[in-house]
Order: sequence, then structure tokens, then C-alpha cells
Amino acid sequence: MKKYWHVIGIGIQNNLTYRVNYLARTLFSFIPLFAMLSLWRTIYAGKGQGSALGGYTQAQMIFYYLLVAVVDVLTAVNEDDWQIAADIREGNISQFLLKPIDYLWYRLCLFFSGRIAFIAMACVPLAVFIFCFRDYVVWPAGGAALPAFVISLVLTALLQFFISYTMAMLAFWLLEISTFIFILFAFEYLASGHLFPLDLLPPALQQVLFCTPFPSMLYVPIGIYMGKIVGTGIGLGLLVQSLWLLLAYALARFAWRRGIKKYAAFGG
Amino acid sequence: MSTVHSPKSKDDVTSHVSRVTRYGAIYAALWKTSVTREMSFKGNFLLWIIVELAWFGLQLAFVGVIFSQTTTVGTWTVWQVVLLTGTSSFIQQIYQAFFLVNCTNLSELVRTGKMDFLLLLPVNTRFVVSTRQVDLPSFANAAFAVCVMTYAAGKLHLHPTAVQFLGFGALCVIGLLVHYSLMFMLASVSFWTVRAQGIVWGYYSLFNIARMPDEAFRGVFKAVFTFALPVLLVSNVPVRVLADKLTSPAAWLALIGLGIVWALISEWFWRFSVRRYTSAST
Repeated sequence: MKKYWHVIGIGIQNNLTYRVNYLARTLFSFIPLFAMLSLWRTIYAGKGQGSALGGYTQAQMIFYYLLVAVVDVLTAVNEDDWQIAADIREGNISQFLLKPIDYLWYRLCLFFSGRIAFIAMACVPLAVFIFCFRDYVVWPAGGAALPAFVISLVLTALLQFFISYTMAMLAFWLLEISTFIFILFAFEYLASGHLFPLDLLPPALQQVLFCTPFPSMLYVPIGIYMGKIVGTGIGLGLLVQSLWLLLAYALARFAWRRGIKKYAAFGG
Repeated sequence: MSTVHSPKSKDDVTSHVSRVTRYGAIYAALWKTSVTREMSFKGNFLLWIIVELAWFGLQLAFVGVIFSQTTTVGTWTVWQVVLLTGTSSFIQQIYQAFFLVNCTNLSELVRTGKMDFLLLLPVNTRFVVSTRQVDLPSFANAAFAVCVMTYAAGKLHLHPTAVQFLGFGALCVIGLLVHYSLMFMLASVSFWTVRAQGIVWGYYSLFNIARMPDEAFRGVFKAVFTFALPVLLVSNVPVRVLADKLTSPAAWLALIGLGIVWALISEWFWRFSVRRYTSAST
């Protein structure tokens, strides 16, 4: 167990060398975020005060996007998938086949350290940004919502990681996997609720989406926090997230085992 | 290079002509190698088209979702916003076809020291840095954007006059110039930081707002992204010209003026940055 702590420590140090990069990324991401908030404010202004769209008041809609930004900083994979794919392609994983260290846990540790470094750089600008919109900040819906939100966040982060890890396993079979990553990301962007709250979609489409893993990758924790998912829905949401997580984990292990059989250790 | 002549002298004219044909020949050769390279990865070529189509579909889906909740954004109606989304994508894809890869590669050239080689070539360095590769899948996606624009224009019952059409085309070219100038400046930052992976991220964040109707914005934000960084003009102004939404000629004058100003600033910044270049490898 101790060796993995070392990995996290080294990972944080490595990631902190990109601190300017992280800071720039965070600051740049405020441009489309602010634009999105302005767009919705204009739409609500055209609708008249106090109107709700898809069950969201103006304040809730604004806060939804702020919360997306927060959850994104806390849980999104950074460049883990590219790095894993590069490790496989360039033969760097050979050393892990010889060492008493599991590549999957090793990468998970690096994912955590990456998040910690990113949060360290992003938290101040993000807090300032949210402070500017403090009038819209909504507190968790009910006493159960906050702990459930935290659990859901952890599940979201793990699911994000395992799905990216599994995608990166494609590098065992294909030379170029960035196209696949981008296509998956496009779907995730829409179907996880990144672009707009899923409640705005027609009910039939929502039901289809909830059969995919995408809502578990972002929407579920936000829905819990904002009281869009309540009562038994909370338990169900967490259960569905856990099931997708288990499936993604199993798939990651399976893909790795199959990949290793084909692995030819170029270069490394 | 040129010796002192009266500006209208015959030699001067021929030297200009030969310069143009020379650069034309160089560019043709670059195209040829790009096509050859692209064709050796046919599967990848198709996949990139799909990636861009997925993202374009995503933007259209967002427009659909927004207009399922409202009928207008400011004075913009649904098909006007679709036209805007199409135009924005068109400009971006054409930019991507000619320049984006080259701009993002600049930091790699600096990091590895391959810049040495390009600086030694007897051509304008900015020219060769900007045009080395052509990204062919983007042309297919630009064509798709044109289809969406045409469909939206049909839905709006637009019958643009020749002047409107030419104005639209010319303003799209200015939009392209703005994309290129701003991105090339961002890329030139790599002479300072070397590892500038955030450049593409910055570019997409910045031009993300180009496809949003300008009336969605107010105050300082609107002023900054109209007059300082004219991102909100890039596709909004051409669409306003095409869709009879122009309120005053100030909009297109501003776009043309700022396009030229940014092109000059970008050239100045490039020259300033190149002076900082210290070779990495040798």
C-alpha cells in the first residue's frame, strides 16, 4: 500500500510542474462558461420574471452550470487517457509487467494526484468566479443530499477514470485512438448533462439516456445536490453509478488482460 | 532583397510576379505532400470527419434544446441561430483546414529545435510555419456546414442579392483572418513557455462563443469580445449581412478594421517572439 502513496506524492509533484497550464486552462474555461450563463439570462429575460424552463428557475439554471464547472474540476480526467495510450504505444508498460505494482492502481493514483494538483490551481479562480455569481448559489436540497452528493462525486470520479482507462486500452490494437476518445467525449458532453440539464430533453429521450453510463458521469451528483433526484431516486442513482463503475472496472481488467497477450513491447 | 528602383519599374513588377509564382509553387508542393500523407491513413481520415460531425451535431442539438424552451434569443430566431452555427462552423473548419495544425505544431517546432531548419529556408518563415500541412478532413466538414447553412437559409426564405452574397463571403474571409491572427499569437507564446499544450484549449474556449448570437451578451463581456478580441463579430456579422439583420454599417466596418488591426499585431508579435528563439537541440 505504501508504494502507492509514493506514486501519489510523485504524481502531485509532476503535475504541479504544469501549474501555469492548469491555471490558464481554468481561466480560459470561464469564457464559454460566462457566455453560457449570459445566453440563459437572455432567454429568461425574454420569458419574463419567475418563469421556469424544464423545471429550472433562472437562479437554478445559472447554478447548474456553476456546479457543472465544480464537478468537472473535481472529477474529470485530464490527460490520463492520452498518457496511458502513449505508455502502451511506446512500450513503457513493460516495466510494470516486471515490477510488483499494478498498472491500473498506479494510473488511478496518478489520476488522483492529477486532480489534486488541478484543484490546487483551479480552486481560487473558480471560487472567485462563483463568488461573482453568489446570488445564484443554491444550498443542497435537504439533509440527505449533501452526503449523497459527496458519495456520488467519488463514484463519478472513479467512473470517469475507469471509462477513460478502458478506452485507452484500445491502444493495444490501434495506433491512433484520439478519434475514438473525441467521439466518446462528444457523446459524454451532451448525454452527461455538460451542455445543458438533461431535464430539458423530451421525457422519452431522457429515459433512453438514463440507460447509458453518461448521466452517471456528471448529471447524477448534480441532480442529487439540486433536488432533481430525490427520495428513493437518490439510492437508485448511487446504485446505478456503482453498477456502471463495476462494469467499467471489469471491462478495464478484461481489456488489459487481452491486450497484454497481444502486446509486443515496442521500444520500451 | 530588392534593389532600389522606382516603384513602377518593370523589374520590380516582374520580381513581384516571380515571387508570387514561387510561393505558389511552394504551396502546391506542400499540398501535394499533405495529400500524400493524409491518404496513407485513410481510416483515420474518415474518423476525423466523424469526430467533427459529432461535435457539429452537438452544437445543433444544443440549438434545438434551447429553442424547445423559447422562441427567440434577443431577436434571433431558431433558423437564424442555425445559420449562425453553420457559418461559425464553416469559418472554423476552413481555418482548421489551412492553419490550425500548423499553429499548434509551432510549440513542438520550438521545443524540439526543428525551428532551426525552417529559419534557414530561403522563404518567409511565417509563411512556411503557417502552411506546412493541410488538413483535408476539414474541407469535408466545411462542405457539411455549407449544407446546413443552405438549409437554414431556405427555411428563412432568404434571397440574398449578389452584394449580400459577396459581402458575406468577404466577411467570412476577414473572420478567417481573425481566427488565424489570434491563434497564431497564442501559438507564438510557445517561444516563452515551450510546453504550450493549453494553446488549443485556449483557442477552442475563445472561439466557442463565436457561434452564439451577439444579443445574448451585455456589458463588459460584450465590449471585450467585440472590440478587443472581435470573436463575437467573426460569424455574427456575416450572418447579419446575409439574413438582413444588419442595423448599421458599423458592424462590418468594425469587423474589417479589427481584422486588419489584429493581423498587424499578430505579425508584430511574431517578429518579437522569433527574436527570443534559442535553438533547443544543437
